[in-house]
Amino acid sequence: MHDLKPITALGGTTPRVDTVGETTLAEVPDLALASVAARAGREQACAKHLKALIGAQAPSPGKTWQTDHYSAVWMGPDQWMISADFATHEDIAATLKSQLEGIASVTEQTDAWACFDLSGPRVFAVLELLYNINLLQFKTGDATRTSIHHLGCFVICMKPDHMVRILGPRASAGSLHHAITTAMTSAL
Amino acid sequence: MIINHPLLGPRDSAEFVNLGAAELMNRPDPETATPEDWHDYAYLRDNPAGAHRELWFHEGGDRSILIVTRDTTTHEITAVELARNRGQRHDPGK
Repeated sequence: MHDLKPITALGGTTPRVDTVGETTLAEVPDLALASVAARAGREQACAKHLKALIGAQAPSPGKTWQTDHYSAVWMGPDQWMISADFATHEDIAATLKSQLEGIASVTEQTDAWACFDLSGPRVFAVLELLYNINLLQFKTGDATRTSIHHLGCFVICMKPDHMVRILGPRASAGSLHHAITTAMTSAL
Repeated sequence: MIINHPLLGPRDSAEFVNLGAAELMNRPDPETATPEDWHDYAYLRDNPAGAHRELWFHEGGDRSILIVTRDTTTHEITAVELARNRGQRHDPGK
């Protein structure tokens, strides 16, 4: 019998938390993720299902819809990343796949991404060093995919200048963490 | 260089990968193409000093492929569109 214990993206048994000044970078391990890509010709049916699922219109380019239940981030044309709490939705991909049979392609993404919450005053001062997005126009409900430290990441604005969520490739979680903490030390 | 993404607005070209001339979208019909057609498609490209239609893959972004019309002598970009839109219409354009 194997004796396996779960670890976080950074390899710890508990989520890592780093604080510089009053700003905190916290690893978020309890996120279930799945991507939904509408099949050609079924875009409207897919959008309708997603509307029922998240309780709002599927987010348009550069946008997100965040709820306590299912949340969605626009990934690309007719493609979204759906997230939910891991404890209650570990089977998110299987659930969505059964609901969207023939309408959309669903892939499991939970173990592909590392998630960090960056919160505190002057969060944008940190982001300025990390990527090239116009932060003056980065508002609550905006989410964009961009490159941080040469890694393709999603950045979700929860509250301008105070709270963002960053999703990056899990295999490079250490590099992403290094980039963000380095920027925090420089900016704050 | 800044590429004005049709969906996401101005983005740094560092987020993109250049995939070469947009002629790549004009794939010959496999039912009728001759070996010469395939040779032209695979190897022959114009090398204009001036306006050039090329494909840029938004690898560090939303992963869409754009058709960018760029002046090769000044880097001025005069048109940007989603390759997907033309692909769906089976109209690669000129």
